[in-house]
Amino acid sequence: MSSLLELRDCTMQFGGLTALSNLSLQIGPHDLVGLIGPNGAGKTTVFNIITGIYEPTSGAIDLGGQSIIGRKASAIAARGIARTFQNIRLFASLSVYDNVRAAFTMRLKHGIAHALWRGRPFQKEEAEISDQVVEILRIFHLEDSRETPCKSLSYGDQRRLEIVRALATRPQLLLLDEPAAGMNPREKEQLMELIQFVKEKFQIAVLLVEHDMKVVMGICARVAVLDYGIKIAEGTPAEVQRNPKVIEAYLGQEAVTQ
Amino acid sequence: MKGSASKLYLAIAAAVSFAISYWVPMDQYVREIVLTIGINIILAVSLNLVNGYAGQFSLGHAGFMAIGAYFSAAVTTFWAPKWFGASTDITSGFTAPLVFLFALLSGALLAAVAGLIIGIPSLRLRGDYLAIATLGFGEIIRVVIQNTDAIGGSRGFTVMSGYTNFFWTYLFAALTIYVVANLVHSAYGRGFLAVRDDEVAAEAVGVNTTKYKVIAFVLAAFFAGIAGGLYAHFKQYLHPDGFSFLKSIEVVVMVILGGMGSTAGVIAAAVFLSLLPEVLRFIPQFYERSFGIPLPHLIDELLKNRMLIYSVLLIALMLTRPQGIFGGLKRPAFLSGKKTRAAHVIPS
Amino acid sequence: MNQFIQQLINGLSLGSIYALIALGYTMVYGVLRFINFAHGDVFMVGAYTGYYAARWINGRFNTEPSIPFAILVLTISMVVCAIVGIVIERLAYAPLRNRARLTVLITAIGVSLFLEYGGQQFFGAGPENFPQLMPNYAVLNTPAFTIMSNQLIVLGVTVALLIGLTFVVLKTKIGTAMRALSFNPTAASLMGINNSVVISFTFGLGSALAAAAGILWAVNYPSINPLMGLLPGVKAFVAAVLGGIGNIPGAALGGLILGVTETLVVGYSDKLHIPPSYRDAVAFVVLIVILLFKPSGLLGKTGSEKV
Repeated sequence: MSSLLELRDCTMQFGGLTALSNLSLQIGPHDLVGLIGPNGAGKTTVFNIITGIYEPTSGAIDLGGQSIIGRKASAIAARGIARTFQNIRLFASLSVYDNVRAAFTMRLKHGIAHALWRGRPFQKEEAEISDQVVEILRIFHLEDSRETPCKSLSYGDQRRLEIVRALATRPQLLLLDEPAAGMNPREKEQLMELIQFVKEKFQIAVLLVEHDMKVVMGICARVAVLDYGIKIAEGTPAEVQRNPKVIEAYLGQEAVTQ
Repeated sequence: MKGSASKLYLAIAAAVSFAISYWVPMDQYVREIVLTIGINIILAVSLNLVNGYAGQFSLGHAGFMAIGAYFSAAVTTFWAPKWFGASTDITSGFTAPLVFLFALLSGALLAAVAGLIIGIPSLRLRGDYLAIATLGFGEIIRVVIQNTDAIGGSRGFTVMSGYTNFFWTYLFAALTIYVVANLVHSAYGRGFLAVRDDEVAAEAVGVNTTKYKVIAFVLAAFFAGIAGGLYAHFKQYLHPDGFSFLKSIEVVVMVILGGMGSTAGVIAAAVFLSLLPEVLRFIPQFYERSFGIPLPHLIDELLKNRMLIYSVLLIALMLTRPQGIFGGLKRPAFLSGKKTRAAHVIPS
Repeated sequence: MNQFIQQLINGLSLGSIYALIALGYTMVYGVLRFINFAHGDVFMVGAYTGYYAARWINGRFNTEPSIPFAILVLTISMVVCAIVGIVIERLAYAPLRNRARLTVLITAIGVSLFLEYGGQQFFGAGPENFPQLMPNYAVLNTPAFTIMSNQLIVLGVTVALLIGLTFVVLKTKIGTAMRALSFNPTAASLMGINNSVVISFTFGLGSALAAAAGILWAVNYPSINPLMGLLPGVKAFVAAVLGGIGNIPGAALGGLILGVTETLVVGYSDKLHIPPSYRDAVAFVVLIVILLFKPSGLLGKTGSEKV
């Protein structure tokens, strides 16, 4: 399996605290991988080292064969890794439309000078971007709320918008950080459909951190389990569920011997 | 503003200011106020790009103004006469506009370079630290000027040429507004707002936050330099004390009052605060004329204390309406939102 | 070498005053994560309080400069300023507790300007002559250097206040509450700590120290004016950042280092080819250097926050 993203022996230390220990993980271009583990296991830290917010203390991270360690987060985003956040991080003062439009800035062919001169090339590009923004909003049924301040959206819609904004960067890999947090069962069903739809339509890989087992086991082909920064298991959902180490991590020693 | 409409507005503004400048007679007192308003508009609109749109709190704007002021004054007072072999006032003859333009632009360019040098290291810092760092740099600039005898130091610098007039001031005011407004209202410009609202999320969608912050900072410094140059050839006397931290605060108050992130609001605030001293001066006269008796001495004294009024205005504004007068239309989240401790990652 | 020791003594004296002011900045930052721009002006209020108190007592009781007199004036000033600090906090900062940090920062700037220009209005633009609180004589007079009693007093008072502060922070309930708040306000309040009270107390304590600094300053440089807090205030802030903002020993250390550095730069200005009028720039250069290379300061720890 040729991997799109590969982590090799990644360790992340914050002062005296080791958040990740010799983590290795491979994600292929069409994989839907789940990352689970008890609270504090280091799942968001994995996201943070992949997206360049932290630089791993040691280890290697390759995207498409090339190392992305030490690169700025915006450069990594430009290379094709997009993410959402545990606490939704939308651009609070911007509308739905502008939130998505912000994702197009990195691919602009015309920068400051054109914004100031406002000639034909500028107007053409602005129109193209506008079309693309409306199009992607339409796919996710948000085009009617384009001018709405994003803060006015419902919680579920805000989550959806964050995913849409991430997709607007045309990623190869989408990282979703606990997208089902705060959702009721019906919303979770819709989310599961949404993720699978996204994966199929946009032909991308997805790495999903999630606490809700139904969601993870329901859509992920492969699941990795972290505990105290160490990967303790990896396999299909069924395999992982039966793995004694996993059970111990979540439910304690006694649960294993039951 | 779409496409060529804004360019048309700019051209109209230039033509109108030219017409007013050369054909509308203006009494000395009115002229002083009007020019002050124009210069303050340039300062406020440019600072708004950094503080309002990009969300970076800079307290050093006066330093860039000082660089523009002193350098352009040096050009017209010392160097241009040497190059052009003219008399001490180079502002006669038809080369005058070119010399003046050159002086203004070179001062602004130097200010922009200073903005780059100061911005790149400082913009790595967070909120209050950035404020202090820019304050520090602004003060360093002031102290250096104070200790440079060639440009007068603490004795002050008398500028030979008084070439600033309505046309030049409002031409550049219109230009500043054009640049800032057009820049922000473009797909590119949305990047500034993204940086302001959430730097981490902005990076995650590919916005190079450092680049945007530096661009805003350098552009703002450029226009502050223009304002400085205009100021130098208006008042014709420069003193380092006039470019201290307090001057930076004055511009910051304009930006906050107008609502960070609203160019129109900031312009209105600049006008209002430029007129405020005159209004305050007028109140005792008005009172006496209306009621026949003079204002109580204490109130009269208080009204003369402009900075005291400013401070009360600032505090009252922050307690009641931190988003400013016009900020209500688009509330910058970082001014009225809840404080979250874990909102930012400190870049290393 | 001769000049060096004298400069060192002078520098430690100056640095002690910076340290006392810096402590206020650092404590408030530790507890609230907020830079109290107005703190330097409380220093000024302290000096003026001492001025009016000393003159009033002199007028009523016709006192002579003496140690008890000085202690009385010092105490009055510290108490008054503690109250002033708490009032400012309650009126201007507490209502903004949940707003964005920038809002409070701007408010602090407003309060600072209010104290300065209000001071000009009500105290007069100055400068005023600070009355002598106690006799000043040479304690140690050698060919190499001289130590004046004033300088010893400055050092002595600073050390005493530092010891007192350390005791409060480490051994008392409210001091422990302060430390708890600086780590985690939510947890602290869940543990039954009344955050508002602790915050007010912190402001009061910091203001009292600033007042002491103001009196000590006025004792050594008897000309006071309403804008006198500007420069020492900013420099003390630099000292706090130098030592590691939020770190109490750091503030003391930073203050001493800055005081000594500034004095040495001026003292050796001819050898360094830096004109003595660049004195004030020293602090700003130190600030820039620290912010660029080690923003957490000498004794602070680099903190990264969760994303």
